[in-house]
Amino acid sequence: MKTGYEKIYERPKTLLPTRMHYCPGCMHSIVHKLIAELVEEMDLQEKTVGICPVGCSVFAYDYIDIDWQEAAHGRAAALATAVKRMLPDRLVLSYQGDGDLASIGIAETIHACNRGEKFTFVFINNAIYGMTGGQMAPTTLEGMKSTTSPYGRDPKTAGMPLKMCELVSQFDGVAFAQRVSCNNPANVRRTKKAIKRAFEIQQQGLGTTFIEVVSNCPSNWKCTPEVSMDRVKEEMMPYYPLGVYKEPQS
Amino acid sequence: MGDIKFMKGNEALAEAAIRAGMKGYFGYPITPQSEVVEYLALEEPKRDFVLVQAESEVASINMVYGAAGAGARTMTTTSSPGYSLMQEGVSYIACAEIPCVVANVVRGGPGLGTIQPSQGDYFQAVKGGGHGDYRLIVLAPNSVQEMADHTMLAFELADKYLNPVLILSDGAIGQIMEKVELPEPVKDLPEKPWASTGKTPDRERNVISSLYIKSEQMEQKNIRLQAKYRKIEANEVRVEEYRMDDAEVVMMAYGVTSRICKKVVDLGREKGVKMGLVRPITVWPFPTERLSELANDDKVKMFVTAEMNAGQMVEDVRLAVDGRKPVYFTGRMGGILPTPEEILDFTLKQMK
Amino acid sequence: MPAKGYVEIDREICKGCNLCVLNCPTKCLALNTSDTNSHGLHYAYQAEEEKCIACMNCAVMCPDAAITVYRKKD
Repeated sequence: MKTGYEKIYERPKTLLPTRMHYCPGCMHSIVHKLIAELVEEMDLQEKTVGICPVGCSVFAYDYIDIDWQEAAHGRAAALATAVKRMLPDRLVLSYQGDGDLASIGIAETIHACNRGEKFTFVFINNAIYGMTGGQMAPTTLEGMKSTTSPYGRDPKTAGMPLKMCELVSQFDGVAFAQRVSCNNPANVRRTKKAIKRAFEIQQQGLGTTFIEVVSNCPSNWKCTPEVSMDRVKEEMMPYYPLGVYKEPQS
Repeated sequence: MGDIKFMKGNEALAEAAIRAGMKGYFGYPITPQSEVVEYLALEEPKRDFVLVQAESEVASINMVYGAAGAGARTMTTTSSPGYSLMQEGVSYIACAEIPCVVANVVRGGPGLGTIQPSQGDYFQAVKGGGHGDYRLIVLAPNSVQEMADHTMLAFELADKYLNPVLILSDGAIGQIMEKVELPEPVKDLPEKPWASTGKTPDRERNVISSLYIKSEQMEQKNIRLQAKYRKIEANEVRVEEYRMDDAEVVMMAYGVTSRICKKVVDLGREKGVKMGLVRPITVWPFPTERLSELANDDKVKMFVTAEMNAGQMVEDVRLAVDGRKPVYFTGRMGGILPTPEEILDFTLKQMK
Repeated sequence: MPAKGYVEIDREICKGCNLCVLNCPTKCLALNTSDTNSHGLHYAYQAEEEKCIACMNCAVMCPDAAITVYRKKD
């Protein structure tokens, strides 16, 4: 470090010194960084248990230095339910993608929210199945091409994309639901605040907390990271508006 | 002398689980085992465990996975169609090597089937059921007393071997009421330093996982699992023998059929036939060595396997006997209990 | 006068996604198009340190937490 300067930001120690496998520009890695920062700042490493899904983030346990359980595809909410019931004083987070949370796992997602299980969902919604090579997701936009919707998603046969934040907000058991994004530095900062608020509400025992991150997938959207961020803003956000959908009554 | 009660098999299983220190029960109603969930729901406010009625059997087994990974003694119970739904979860738990207890109170199948008792899930229970090379320790109770005793034993073996243990019951044993001496509550539970409970500074992070994406690592994992299974096979076989001292005709049966076969042995002996019964208490590990010993015994003329299915355990009997003596099979399917007379008639016919 | 600072970008962890370069308000970062790291990627670096205002946008944006930010002490 040069003399006369002070370090004001460095990579959080809770992020293991491993090069993450995510594609350049992927929001998964941004969110991983934020979770690691929060676990450190809130002194929660000894008290956090993460549940990771099947999908691109299946290796989350190699990146964030907390205890993890690897769930079967779609079942993270069931594992998180049980972990929080067994260890109620721990911070439990269920980190999932759109296939995991909104397709194969939707029953577990809905019922955990309805029962008000006191853990935090971190839902990375990039409207596509990344790890398996770019198939249509329940959140793929109308007209969006994927390997299983090569002519564009047709609502007549595939239905319209699912709006999970709106859906889960209807349950009394959900204490806090916010939709955010990490497409620019201001939004990354907002995402961190939202996740922090979710963790705090979890600690107060008020119910399920749900953070949906409107995300990108440069590889399967077949564009550069820069263009993917533009598409998040211009195509994703109009259908998935950012904002707080549910908050605790004070 | 412990508590003596008159209880249903399902209730005895539930009560024993609480006494074994079960901290989390996650289950879904299905006939003929809903009494387990109902009994536990009544007991929950008074005892020290958590019950969640899950949204499905798929959710149930995955909640069990989560609770097991968090270091808790945990159980789910179901019947045949529900157990089919749990196969993925069981495979994951077996690979992740975490302990749990699952009970299948078997009913007639395949498909939605009938709610009457059956033994049609033997293959599924002992040969895998889910994907991959794994084994479960499988206990086969034949009385309300064993429903209680095997539940205690199941939690113990699960923790000892870090393996799921399956209680393979049936609709008859689940539903009958008998006197049972309930076990003493377990006082000390084993430590589980491998559990994911929050990373403390003194150790690396714990990861409960069944993912081994590099083939070399997957092979090593499988080699370790197989070594564990050989150890279980060498140490945990349990069998009951009835009137076997001079037996020439060896009956093989488990569960409710074994009770019927005790009567068959008695009826046969009255007719002057030297019959005996070998009842596997563990259907996995199977009493292969004992059967091999009997196959080599000059006294023994034949084996007769009686099951409530199309012929499943009989294949393991044939493997163990290895052609040395004839092996016969008699069975009823569809949830029908065979009578002692029909099994005896069949046996006598094979002797001609 | 805005705070002065500088950043260090880990050459090997950087994936050359260019998001830091795009989001820097003073445009003091760039991709090194004439060199690659061991993964074959053009890494980002601070091309014009004197323009840095230590706003941390680059570090906040970086998906790989490859950036360390320093600010001049008062």
